[in-house]
Amino acid sequence: MSDDMNDKLKIPHIRSVETRHLEEREALFRGLRNLDRRAFLKASGGAAAAAVAAGVTYPFHSFLPINVAYADEGGAAQGFNFAYISDSHLYVKKTNERFVRQLLRAVDDVNSLDPQPDFVLYGGDLAQLGRREELDMGAQILKSLKAPVHMMAGEHDWYYDMGEHWNTLFGPEHYSFDHKGVHFVVLMSVHEKDFWSARGMSPAERMHTVAGLDNAVQSAFEVGAPQREWLKQDLDKVSATTPVIVFSHSPLYKLYRPWNFWTDDAEDVQAILQRFDHVTVLHGHTHQVLTNRIGNIQFHGMLSTAWPWPYAPQGLPALTVQMNRPNPFDANDGLGDGSVAVHPDGLVDKLYNLWNRNPMQVKASYLSSGGKSDIPVAPTLSSY
Amino acid sequence: MKTPALLALALLAVSMHASAQDAAGTPQQSPAPASGTTQVKLCDNKTTVQVSKDAPKTREEGQKISDSLMAQWKAANPGKDWVQAEVEAHQVVTPEDNSKLVGTGQSSTYGAVTQQDVQVWNNETYKMAVYGSTVFHSSDELGSDIAVSCDMCHPRAANTHPETYPKFQPQLGRVALLRDMINWCIEHPVRGKVLAPDDPKMRALEAYILAQRKGVPLDYGKR
Repeated sequence: MSDDMNDKLKIPHIRSVETRHLEEREALFRGLRNLDRRAFLKASGGAAAAAVAAGVTYPFHSFLPINVAYADEGGAAQGFNFAYISDSHLYVKKTNERFVRQLLRAVDDVNSLDPQPDFVLYGGDLAQLGRREELDMGAQILKSLKAPVHMMAGEHDWYYDMGEHWNTLFGPEHYSFDHKGVHFVVLMSVHEKDFWSARGMSPAERMHTVAGLDNAVQSAFEVGAPQREWLKQDLDKVSATTPVIVFSHSPLYKLYRPWNFWTDDAEDVQAILQRFDHVTVLHGHTHQVLTNRIGNIQFHGMLSTAWPWPYAPQGLPALTVQMNRPNPFDANDGLGDGSVAVHPDGLVDKLYNLWNRNPMQVKASYLSSGGKSDIPVAPTLSSY
Repeated sequence: MKTPALLALALLAVSMHASAQDAAGTPQQSPAPASGTTQVKLCDNKTTVQVSKDAPKTREEGQKISDSLMAQWKAANPGKDWVQAEVEAHQVVTPEDNSKLVGTGQSSTYGAVTQQDVQVWNNETYKMAVYGSTVFHSSDELGSDIAVSCDMCHPRAANTHPETYPKFQPQLGRVALLRDMINWCIEHPVRGKVLAPDDPKMRALEAYILAQRKGVPLDYGKR
């Protein structure tokens, strides 16, 4: 029934829980979009406190106010936003059109951001079985993103032809670039030691083995010595005060080996990053809200558009506030995309745009304070 | 004769799988036994070995015959050691070890529990859970239209929480058992065909999911 008709019939304007939820959600994103560049930089860090003082309160369990402001912070960089889409695991369309639709939904999400993000990070695992057709279709879909895209490779993209087609489509698998005062590094963190030759596996068998998250036949992920050497050289020319943001497909720390929530040479990579004041690592692979801090390095996971993963039974970082246990009756629960607001000091506020839930924001201040302030709202149902 | 009896026991595990594979196949011609020998057949009714009639009737000799038959069968059926292959890829939690019962009480009609009893209990139980693991990890076994299998959302059966059933599931409008949720997932996220409650695949899936939660206290009704 339309609002007009409600008025005519003099039915009191009653809005359901769902309607109010959707309105609040819409308002949140409108707020995010309306935050133009100037407001973004000018609004003071005290704005939120001022709003609270002025009596603006945010209901419990409501959307977090995210009109953050950076002007007083100082720092080497200019504040900016970028978006991410990750872990779409595309099969060819005739095998599975669901994952294709879900990637299209994420592309729509990002394209409807206003203002547009400076760029979009694709977090790896574009394909499910590393086939040429899967990667081609993914590349074609990502072309419809309005903002420029930076690609990262995942193990599902790689182990059919050892990255050959991925390289043809997207270029080198590890590279770096500078953007508004921040030095970005994209790593290929899912190299595995050869487990296939001795077993006489075909490329398809090798890919299928790596594609099983809980398949114990495969080796551990690693960045590897040659790439670590490249990273050292790349960072040599970067000063310690320059903010560094690293993208890696696997988490650059050791969480849970049986699912390769793990990078075997993580400590070596962390050591290379140690001399910088502010380092943020964004990783895919884990398909969940995941937060960690090791020394100067802040870590954030990314959501998948294909399927959610449960939290590992052990090793979960203390700073992680879990997302709600995905509801199997709700087809796209636990999935989504997101965006990242980069502060002038290079630290980031990470927004998880969970499709069927309230978005979760994990702020740099939450991590910097060791989990004492700006604590994200914990969900009702945690992982078993 | 003692030897074939021993053989039958030793070969039971493999033969069950083999006979299923070959049930539709045509019986093969076995070579005629040479004089002075006995032909021993594997229970696939194909693989044979010639044993001299003068061979000593000892356990060791029996083992040799058994090994020879198994070696032939494995050579003819590469990749059929599915339990080992599955366990190597997807470690399945092993069942309770009942070795401490050996030599005590009554197991079967014939007296105290033997090591062999314990082994049979263990093997058979484990094999069912391992078969469940193969189904759990295979979109083909599950009949998925979209190449989705259970492990995609539940690696090593994580977050399946079988210990929380039965519980009222408003979305189903009734109290759900583990198998109801398995079927819901097969029908919807996996887009396969639902299984009858006593379908061997359903029984195996339940076995695998429960096996992976060994040691977790039952807590029915928990959200």
